[in-house]
Amino acid sequence: MTDQKIPLIETKNLKKNFNDLEVLKGISETIYKGEVVSIIGPSGGGKSTFLRCLNLLEEPTSGEVIFEGNVLDAKSTDLDVHRQKIGMVFQQFNVFPHLTVLDNITLAPMLEKKVAEADAKAKAMELLKQVGLEDKANEYPRKLSGGQKQRLAIVRAMAMEPDVMLFDEPTSALDPEMVKGVLEVIKQLAETGMTCVIVTHEMNFAREISDRILFIDEGIIAEEGTPEEFFSNPKNERTKEFLSQVL
Amino acid sequence: MGPGIIEVLLEYWPIFLQGMFGTLKYAFIAVSGGTILGALIALLQLSKNKILHTLSLIYVNVLRGTPLLVQLYIAYFFLPLVFPALDVIGKEGTVVLALILNSSAYVAEIIRGGINSVDPGQSEAARSLGLSAKHTMTKIILPQAIKNILPALANEYIAMIKETSLAGTLMLYELMYTRTILANKYLSWQPLFIIAGIYLFLTIVLSFLVKRLEKRLAVSD
Repeated sequence: MTDQKIPLIETKNLKKNFNDLEVLKGISETIYKGEVVSIIGPSGGGKSTFLRCLNLLEEPTSGEVIFEGNVLDAKSTDLDVHRQKIGMVFQQFNVFPHLTVLDNITLAPMLEKKVAEADAKAKAMELLKQVGLEDKANEYPRKLSGGQKQRLAIVRAMAMEPDVMLFDEPTSALDPEMVKGVLEVIKQLAETGMTCVIVTHEMNFAREISDRILFIDEGIIAEEGTPEEFFSNPKNERTKEFLSQVL
Repeated sequence: MGPGIIEVLLEYWPIFLQGMFGTLKYAFIAVSGGTILGALIALLQLSKNKILHTLSLIYVNVLRGTPLLVQLYIAYFFLPLVFPALDVIGKEGTVVLALILNSSAYVAEIIRGGINSVDPGQSEAARSLGLSAKHTMTKIILPQAIKNILPALANEYIAMIKETSLAGTLMLYELMYTRTILANKYLSWQPLFIIAGIYLFLTIVLSFLVKRLEKRLAVSD
């Protein structure tokens, strides 16, 4: 993490209701450029909802999401342009089953950034090589294992050359033997200086790669800190209780 | 009793053949027109605009909730009274228009169902990559929805082949209308069995083709 802190994503009093259920109760937080932030907490506490608000897949009930100085939830904002710079990886992979591995990656750059086909393909092959999938380029996703699908989903997002990557429980739907490979890819990505926000249940992983941990419970950030502080010396009662259950 | 079925068929087969082609033609026009209109209605139904959504919902429910025969009669007897301009397309055109409108309501439901059958995660992934709503629909959702939509559309065509028999009561020259023609020749019952046989032949052959289409589409899963 750089010494000079440049805010990349900021939320201001972010609230989200699903009907009568208040899932986020006013979160004000800043993610800085180059930072790796892990979000942990109990299920149903609002961590995925918070993450999904950052690229407005969930529309906030109130409050602001500011990305690179632009208020994303303002009506006049062209969301698509900003979303191109916010990569997202989902728990269920969500690769496009009707497209080959290569087309999964080249589709968005060619359609929305008007990248020439040859350039998009070259870039896609380079990315596939980095995650060990170059021999699968012309396969359809149904031939891939869960771990391979998730690695594809990661490079699909990377192909847009985003400024930040959001990970929504990227290993929760994987068979245990697939988890390591995917975490390795995320770790490599984080080491290149990519800003990453990761919702995860992998405590050891969070501890190892994060600059900062956010503990979200009952719709608020109940505690935050460096992995060191957070795991060794949690201050909040709920954090202590949570950690005692998962560690 | 009069002559037997075979004799009637041998003597009047060109009439039945013409009726069969009429049936295939009207069903095709109805479903094709219904598909174009129905796609539009489906998009309105999926739209976030509450007024458009409600209007399309009413449209679909009225057309699906009332008998086609009633709709055809309204089109035939009432519409020309209030829209004299319909004279341009004539009585035949008005009846065909009613078939198209009726089909569009069913097709709208087919398309809406097909689109909704695609995992919402697909749309989320596409939008998160920065794909526009239009590209998300045309490049991600529809190519996946089509697998469910195509066989259902083919089934709608098969259903419409039977439904068009109602248009025969309004003098459209289709299969059922051959009964009216031949009744003038004192053939009261023979044509009915020939007509039924031809309908059955058409629906069985087409259903078989739909099954094969479904199998082929399923291969890519």
